[in-house]
Amino acid sequence: MLAAIHDPKLMWLFGAVLCLLVILTVIGNVLKRRHDSDINRSTIDNFNAQTAAWWKICIMFVLTLLVGPVGSLVLFGILSFLALREYMTLVPTRRGDHRTLFWSFFVIMPLQYCVLGLQWYVIFAIMIPVLACIFIPTSIAVAGDTAHFVERTAKIQFGLMVCGYCLSHAPALLLLKIPGFEGHDARLLLYLGIVDQFNDLLQYVWGKLIGKHKIAWRVSPDKTWEGFLGGLVSATAIGTAMWWATPFTPLQSAGMSFTICILGFAGGVVVSAIKRDIGIKDFGIVIERRGGILDRIDSLCFAAPIFFHLVRYYFAR
Amino acid sequence: MSNGIHPIASLLAAVARFITGVQVQWAGCEPSERQRIYFANHTSHLDFVVLWSALPSELRALTRPIAAKDYWVETPLRRYLAENVFGAVLVERGAVGKTRSHEEARFVGRSLIEDLTAALGEAHSLILFPEGTRGNGEKVGEFRGGLYHLALRRPDVELVPAYLENMNRILPKGEYLPVPMLSLLTFGKPIQLEPHENKDTFLERAREAVSSLRRIGLA
Repeated sequence: MLAAIHDPKLMWLFGAVLCLLVILTVIGNVLKRRHDSDINRSTIDNFNAQTAAWWKICIMFVLTLLVGPVGSLVLFGILSFLALREYMTLVPTRRGDHRTLFWSFFVIMPLQYCVLGLQWYVIFAIMIPVLACIFIPTSIAVAGDTAHFVERTAKIQFGLMVCGYCLSHAPALLLLKIPGFEGHDARLLLYLGIVDQFNDLLQYVWGKLIGKHKIAWRVSPDKTWEGFLGGLVSATAIGTAMWWATPFTPLQSAGMSFTICILGFAGGVVVSAIKRDIGIKDFGIVIERRGGILDRIDSLCFAAPIFFHLVRYYFAR
Repeated sequence: MSNGIHPIASLLAAVARFITGVQVQWAGCEPSERQRIYFANHTSHLDFVVLWSALPSELRALTRPIAAKDYWVETPLRRYLAENVFGAVLVERGAVGKTRSHEEARFVGRSLIEDLTAALGEAHSLILFPEGTRGNGEKVGEFRGGLYHLALRRPDVELVPAYLENMNRILPKGEYLPVPMLSLLTFGKPIQLEPHENKDTFLERAREAVSSLRRIGLA
């Protein structure tokens, strides 16, 4: 425990994140004071809300990293639970799904994190894609309601995959054994988090500054090609510049960051599409006041498993 | 115990709030020590606990649920929860026995109103689910007459409508394990019995007051 404190490179990363948050907070406050600003007021409020959320995320993230792998497992377990809760609240379910949902929340999801903590890698890898994939349709069938059977099975399975399985690969980074990098896995998780969140922020900023050509405007009116490419290039540059904290060479680091950014974009679009499909405006009130965890972690959900497997395949023993 | 709230009641309220992640909105009135009857739609066993836990703690000690005797004395556990933990007012449902003669039902109904009036006393508030039974959450069912008779006897008591959303998905009728989805609770503007208003008009108006608080349009 607290071994992380004796890792100077990790401390540098923490320091950099802290400086950045301070800078963002200052910019946000300056913009807020300037009444003659031609930047849209709601954009500034949005920016400040985002910065406030980052403070909370970063503080939690850093505290749990300091506690060690168990801390991060618990943190991500809670995030998975909250995200699944939002998702299931949004998605219409039927009375016949009740017990399957109970199992999903209170058995499958906790087990996913338990086997990860116990480092039973095979079970961790098959828990939701194989075991839950068999269990969920069986359980719904046994409940006896066959209306929309395939859709209902798919909804629950997809929710568990995205909120549980995918996200659990982020803390799984802490359990990788990389030769020459022992005891420094916390940096990998932080690297993933920083690149991913930067990508979100910079896509947004570039989109606001020079965004014109919309990507999939039906799904997400905020997403533009300019924002996407600007975010991709600048977040990849930041990721590349952090190579010294990782087991990667600068070129490898660029490739990893690039992948994280592309997947982060994919996660964002998919969650937007889910919300459009369900008609978020009806359920929006439920989600917004509860923090919108799903909105915060959508990009991480898609980036985490691929990043994990790339690192595991090329770098871990 | 100092404020008269059973520790198990506080514990269950905390658990219910965690499970339902309930967001409370006082849309038509503010919490107050005035004597009130909160009346709400009913879809789940959690309804009462969630509504009760949404009140500030000093009001909780003064607010009692009304529960159906036939159900809540059936097992020792239910009885203990209803009588000792939450201090529920146990009443007989007027329309329960289909075999009952008209007069008998009338008699039961009258004693029910007596019990409820007594439970209000000088300081207490009540939580009432006028549908009389748990529905499936699609629409608010017809109201039984108790609310009308109470309003007639105690015009000084405020009648506060409330709507509980999504509770039927969290713990539906017939299930005993909850699924932790998010829910909403909205308190509306108090209503009053108008002079010369007849029973059916009033009950329909009360039902409308509850169902108009619904915030989520279900597909």
